Amino acid sequence: MNASLSWIKAYVPDLECTYQEFRDAMTLSGTKVESFTAFDVDLDKIVIGQIDKIEAHPDADKLIVCQVNVGNESVQIVTGADNVFEGAKIPVVLDGGKVAGGHDGKMTPGGIKIKAGKLRGVESFGMMCSIEELGSTREMYPDAAENGIYILPEDAPVGEDAIGYLGLHDANYEFEITSNRVDCYSVLGIAREAAATFGKEFHNVEPKVEKTVDDIKDYLEVEVKDTELCPRYTAMMVKNIRLAPSPRWLQQRLASNGIRPINNVVDITNYVMEEYGQPMHAFDYDTIAGHKIVVQRANDGEKFMTLDGQERTLDKDILMICDAEKPIGLAGIMGGEDSKITDDVQTMVFESACFDGTNNRLSAKRLGLRTDASGKYEKGLDPNNTVPAILRACQLIEELDAGDVVGGMIDLYPNPTTPVQIPFDPEGINKYLGTDISKEQMLSYFPVLEIAYDEATNLLTIPSFRQDLLREADIAEEVARFYGYANIPSTLPTSVETQGGLTYSFVIADKIRTTLKAYGYSESMTYSFESPKVFDKLRIPEDDFLRRVVTISNPLGEDYSIMRTSLFNGLLTSLSTNYNRRNKGVSLFELGNVYIPKDLPLTELPEERMTLCFGFYGAGDFFDLKGALEQVFADLGVKLPRKYEPDHEIPFFHPGRQALVTIKGGQEKIACLGQIHPQVAKKYGIGTEVYVAQVNIEAIYALTGFEKKFKPIPKYPAVTRDLSLVMDKSVHADEIEAVISKCGGKLIESYELFDIYEGERIGEGLKSLAYSLSFRAADRTLEDKDVNPIIEKIIEKLKEKGIELRS
Amino acid sequence: MKERLAKIKEEAAQKIQAAASMDVLNELKVAYLGKKGQITELMKGMKDLPAEEKPAFGQMVNATRSEIEGFLEEMKNSMEEKLLDAKMKSEVIDVTLPGKKKELGHDHPNNMILKQVEEIFIGMGYEVVSGPEVEYDHYNFEALNIPANHPAKDEQDTFYINSDILLRTQTSSVQIREMEKGVLPIKMIAPGRVFRADEVDATHSPSFHQIEGLVVDKGITFADLKGTLEEFCRRFFGEDTKTKFRPHHFPFTEPSAEVDVSCFKCHGKGCRFCKDEGWIEILGCGMVHPHVLEMQGIDPTVYSGFAFGFGLERLTLLKCEIDDMRLLYENDLRFLKQF
Repeated sequence: MNASLSWIKAYVPDLECTYQEFRDAMTLSGTKVESFTAFDVDLDKIVIGQIDKIEAHPDADKLIVCQVNVGNESVQIVTGADNVFEGAKIPVVLDGGKVAGGHDGKMTPGGIKIKAGKLRGVESFGMMCSIEELGSTREMYPDAAENGIYILPEDAPVGEDAIGYLGLHDANYEFEITSNRVDCYSVLGIAREAAATFGKEFHNVEPKVEKTVDDIKDYLEVEVKDTELCPRYTAMMVKNIRLAPSPRWLQQRLASNGIRPINNVVDITNYVMEEYGQPMHAFDYDTIAGHKIVVQRANDGEKFMTLDGQERTLDKDILMICDAEKPIGLAGIMGGEDSKITDDVQTMVFESACFDGTNNRLSAKRLGLRTDASGKYEKGLDPNNTVPAILRACQLIEELDAGDVVGGMIDLYPNPTTPVQIPFDPEGINKYLGTDISKEQMLSYFPVLEIAYDEATNLLTIPSFRQDLLREADIAEEVARFYGYANIPSTLPTSVETQGGLTYSFVIADKIRTTLKAYGYSESMTYSFESPKVFDKLRIPEDDFLRRVVTISNPLGEDYSIMRTSLFNGLLTSLSTNYNRRNKGVSLFELGNVYIPKDLPLTELPEERMTLCFGFYGAGDFFDLKGALEQVFADLGVKLPRKYEPDHEIPFFHPGRQALVTIKGGQEKIACLGQIHPQVAKKYGIGTEVYVAQVNIEAIYALTGFEKKFKPIPKYPAVTRDLSLVMDKSVHADEIEAVISKCGGKLIESYELFDIYEGERIGEGLKSLAYSLSFRAADRTLEDKDVNPIIEKIIEKLKEKGIELRS
Repeated sequence: MKERLAKIKEEAAQKIQAAASMDVLNELKVAYLGKKGQITELMKGMKDLPAEEKPAFGQMVNATRSEIEGFLEEMKNSMEEKLLDAKMKSEVIDVTLPGKKKELGHDHPNNMILKQVEEIFIGMGYEVVSGPEVEYDHYNFEALNIPANHPAKDEQDTFYINSDILLRTQTSSVQIREMEKGVLPIKMIAPGRVFRADEVDATHSPSFHQIEGLVVDKGITFADLKGTLEEFCRRFFGEDTKTKFRPHHFPFTEPSAEVDVSCFKCHGKGCRFCKDEGWIEILGCGMVHPHVLEMQGIDPTVYSGFAFGFGLERLTLLKCEIDDMRLLYENDLRFLKQF
């Protein structure tokens, strides 16, 4: 919403403030100023001058030398403009003054300083100005010359301030209006707020028409068939229309709000829409069949030509303005081609109606036709605004002599609104705000807001244009706004002490971050939605459960259309970005949700599964990845033994370098890890080995724990034995480890793989693994007789599996 | 006898003083104190003395012995010190050479900032909770005073799964989920992902994060809201930070406010961060709308509350002086390493 300060001051004449003060005060009382443009900020020492004499320049054909009367003196000005003449009144910027821009309309921030100087050898003491140099446009000043000096009207007072004369000591403000304040989409609404903000009187003069001819009832009949969608329909008429340009004050006000002046009738409807926030529509009376207006729903599939020349297809939820035979307008959106006002119009009907906001918004949306009028209607307008607005329009018709107003008014308003009443409870308001504002002070804010207080009933009566005031909390806000949010004290809640802290899932997430950061992984973040193409990229089979996805019905595009079911694509994409930018050795992790539908199509919320994904390229091998994964489990306190199963053929991993991690004897899957299949890596544009692991955090959630219990530091020394073993290459280390820990019983303290060998010395198809075993008892120093039988048993058990001691 | 001992002592002292190496010193030790050393020999002669002279003699010899021991020890210490000095002189390093670093991972800036926010609120007694990202319309809109066909629904450019289920557009949905539990008082913050159909550019992303706050208890006032957020802003942006509460509108709070903080970069003078305003808008807040409480079965005549919401990315971009939001989701290590 835009409004100029001068327009606002028309209703708040006592308002005195600088442009900045106005901006700040309005913003702090809730009508936020987005920006403002001061028209005179870069204008200085510009007066009205009159050209007394024009002579040719002695040395330049295209220049002339003017003697200009600027009031108390005459100055010589050289110009190249060709539209000036002796006797012309023009704006003159004097020596040392400033203009806002060039005559080409290009503004110079800070303005252009004008100094006396010589033009081709002839002295010039100032400059005559075009409208563009004054920082304005011909839109706002249609009488200004195109490509020339602005020739002012003959009655312009010579020597006076030209800026003031042109009404440029003004600023236009752009306000951000919140959706609850429909009344502020009007200059009157803003002015009321300004009056309340500055504690000044609000001059809202009730419009009236002095002289009328005939009676509307003899001309027109109106019927509203759907009073729900059209709670009020008000019409007045004007005959003997005399189209002409509007006076300058009206043109300027429209132009300053970004509306191009056209002619008096069109300008009046636009002006009233800005001033009252009430859209008006004008119909050519002579095109209305049967001189009857009917407001009703359209028929499904019906066609209608709007005044922009487009054919529209209608449906039964679109409200139409019709005449006795046919539709003539889309109610509150746009008029029809056939009934629009042309230059030949003789008689017209002014419509000032109230339409249902939601219906209007949905209709405009379906039609793909959002207009200035529907932009207002969709907010849900006050039905009590139609009459003042239409009277204001007719008053202006009269003032501008644009036609003769027909007497009377048709006003269909079957169910008038009842005003909202709210009990006034100053104590409750103070309790709610944490303030100590007197009842009198609160009451002092209400009159200018047109909120009436009845002492006898202690009720506040809310004006119908304030649709946002429904209960005490709303009144509290009004009090707070005008008392000033800044004046409300600052306290801290003093009620019950609460125990702050992280919920457990946040604790787990933080632990994981700490571990992985220590292992060199940096945290990445990617979107929760991705493309359905990722499944092919990851070689995921057609029937795989990962392809059962939550789909967004209105995505930004296919690339963002499904909710991720794994974090692999996100992590690989991030690694790929780094690889393509030649970052060396990159390790990343992401901690986020994957979305697993419980049923499809979705009838309940999907499971949001907290998932960890981490991986790298150029920073190690499978066992670096596995080491980090084991550390994550350890730091989360997951103590259950985990099995690394190699044979699950996870499609996006290297077939020989992958594992599914299970617990409880393979019953529960908790993670998977491996080298990304080279073909998948290639699709992501990564030309090196990539290793990635993913952990289902929800699956280990219940196994985590952070309690630590002290174990006494051993008093007795450990006994260590090394076992160097030879076996077939296909034997897995975990088979040996299972034997060691089983046979080791209570005495085995730890074991560690310290060497792996494959090669000639042991023979084809074989490998050697060497373990260091450590035994210890808590209560004595172990001797050979304690340890030897265990070692023998281990060797024996391994032998059964074909695993021999290396000789 | 006395004279002899004194002579031995003096001679020993001189020789020890003159010793040029540890070896010489060891030889001297043997020569005086060893099994066949001079002092030991003297001691052996004690058995020939009359019994009454033995104690005095013994004392004298022992005194001399310990004095020589002292000389030896002193000389040894001084020699060792010299040796160590010489050794250390040969060990001088160039301390301006670079330190050896372990390659640690880095925080995502969003999480770094989130931690700072969480710590402040936990310190004030807030619990950090979460709620679903795929959410029912009810929690995201209806229960927040945004009924069907409300224009605010259009404004937020919601991603829908179906007519009932959507991607939450605001963490305010967690307010409802907490109130629904029926346990009062509530004092929570809820960080999390939210989604809006905005095209990606330097300041927009279809997926971003908010941090919601909610307090519901008896006697909570607008002044409490002001005090709480002012305290937060001082702790987060710096002690001298000023705040400005501007009236605003949110369907689920009344009164509502937007909060600006004085620009922490230029301290209100105006710079490119605050677009020459001196102030930066950082959050929306208000008193929980009584109807929102009513819908959750909380009696607004007994309880009141306040709620607030930040954009995490906004805080991150501001505080880390990042000028393009897209950097947060590219995960370029050269970017992440800076945090």
